[in-house]
Amino acid sequence: MGLGSYLVVSTLLFAIGAFGFMARRNAILMLICIELMLNAVNLSLVAFNAFRPAASVNGAIFALMVMAVAAAEATVGLALIIAIIRTRQTAEVDEYHDLKD
Amino acid sequence: MRFDAGSRCALENSNGSVHLDITGVLFVVLAIGVIGGGLAVVTLRNVIHSAIAMMVCFGSLAGMYALLGAPIVAAAQVLIYLGAISVLIIFAIMLTQAGDASLPAPFHRQAPLAALAALLVVGLIGWSVIQTDWGTATHAVAVNLQGLATALFTDYALPFEIISLLLLAAIIGAIFLARRPEEDERS
Repeated sequence: MGLGSYLVVSTLLFAIGAFGFMARRNAILMLICIELMLNAVNLSLVAFNAFRPAASVNGAIFALMVMAVAAAEATVGLALIIAIIRTRQTAEVDEYHDLKD
Repeated sequence: MRFDAGSRCALENSNGSVHLDITGVLFVVLAIGVIGGGLAVVTLRNVIHSAIAMMVCFGSLAGMYALLGAPIVAAAQVLIYLGAISVLIIFAIMLTQAGDASLPAPFHRQAPLAALAALLVVGLIGWSVIQTDWGTATHAVAVNLQGLATALFTDYALPFEIISLLLLAAIIGAIFLARRPEEDERS
């Protein structure tokens, strides 16, 4: 299995995450889709690191840093979503239209 | 770390086709897990089912990291994504979705447009990936763990410290946001 096959899997996962983020109405599910996209990028970083010896360990370190930032993002994002759901009583993002009215 | 052992076997005796086959079969199984899990996340109607499909997807990705010779990244994936983020997301879903008696329509009206955009992304990136010559390397080179630790605390010491500061800020921010407004008035 060469580098290309891992990159194709990564591309497909990223596109699935992007589609879910744009198409789903649930706020928590949109956050899950952001995690999918971050994981797709991580997979491509680790794959580049594995097939490019000149890269030494940089790809693995980038992947670990992305994971740490993703953990922080999930924490703050979920806290925000829970706070919004508590005031609006719904998780559907098209019900959040106060700025438009 | 069974997958890692398999990939290392393939690394060491590159002319043994049996080990090569095992790596290929594992790759296909894990790829099906990743893509199938991802598709289930975006298509399943119930959000809690989507969260469980997400855990399948993340677990398969951990196997893929091990297959790529990066067991430290695989371990971090299991700890952070399967252990922490998945549980956090499932907690949030259970806190907010009281009963699933009437599930609302899962998709926006813009869903066909979103699918078109996603297919465009797949086409563009996939085309460039296929067109690019990635060299002849067919075996993953395992990550040198000692080199990773040294690099993390010398070349990447400053980003490492900034990450810890970011995590502290995230904890404080989450506590501030998740606090109920009534508690402010009482205290």
